[in-house]
Amino acid sequence: MTDIDERALVERLQAGDKSACAQCVELHSPGVYRLALRLLNDEAEAEDVVQETFLNAFRAIGSFQWRAGLNTWLYRIAYNAALMRLRRKPLNVTVELPSDDGETLATPRELFDWCCLPERDLESAEARAELEHAIRALPEKLRAVFVLRELEDLSTEQAAEALGISPENVKTRLHRARLWLRERLAGYFSEMAAAGKEA
Amino acid sequence: MHPAHDCQHLLGDLSLYLDGAASAGLCAEIERHLADCENCRVVVDTLRKTVHLVRDLPAPQLTTSARERLYKSLDLAEFLTAKP
Ligand SMILES: [Zn+2]
Repeated sequence: MTDIDERALVERLQAGDKSACAQCVELHSPGVYRLALRLLNDEAEAEDVVQETFLNAFRAIGSFQWRAGLNTWLYRIAYNAALMRLRRKPLNVTVELPSDDGETLATPRELFDWCCLPERDLESAEARAELEHAIRALPEKLRAVFVLRELEDLSTEQAAEALGISPENVKTRLHRARLWLRERLAGYFSEMAAAGKEA
Repeated sequence: MHPAHDCQHLLGDLSLYLDGAASAGLCAEIERHLADCENCRVVVDTLRKTVHLVRDLPAPQLTTSARERLYKSLDLAEFLTAKP
């Protein structure tokens, strides 16, 4: 969608045009859902957040300001809605509490070179599941940045706007998230390679 | 053998390097270091691979029934038939 199309869409939304609302939902609900699901790890709750996001957005569209585009604005609303739910969740829902809160740049420990493992090992269903699991376990502060930058393809500036943090912060958190996931994958692949040698 | 503080010093900039967002000077510094630091080479290669694997993950999608519920809750049910 071009900038001009998007401005036209926002104007129709502001005029209360229902077909514009439908178009907006069609365009942006997939991304909003992906963000909510990655943050909450619960399909039903993610679904609720999507609903809340659009309800709130259509209500507040009159005050929409053109800073970083419609989708960034929607991600921001969704992020805040998901955050409120996360705060309400009792802590023991978290399966594992990583000792790393994401604030420190941990020195890489796993130095096993798994790059040259065969594709079938790197892209196995089990490896994917391990990666999904690792993303779910990412420290909360890192996860939102990671999802928006890496999975939703937002720019550093857009992610900063959506999350209400500085661009510098986005950069360092993205980097920490990647290092954190690398560490987890390295652990998994090195165990897998060791088991392979024994077999 | 490289002093460990070089590794630590460059560690924070590796994402910029991988994303092609590092300055020419920083790139050169990192590449000089990588040329004779096996550990950092492994970190860079596996970090790059991690990013690739992440981007290859299938994206979760709203189910058809969830999409229907969404449209209904927003009072947009009349637009549901417009797209699959
Ligand atoms: Zn090094």
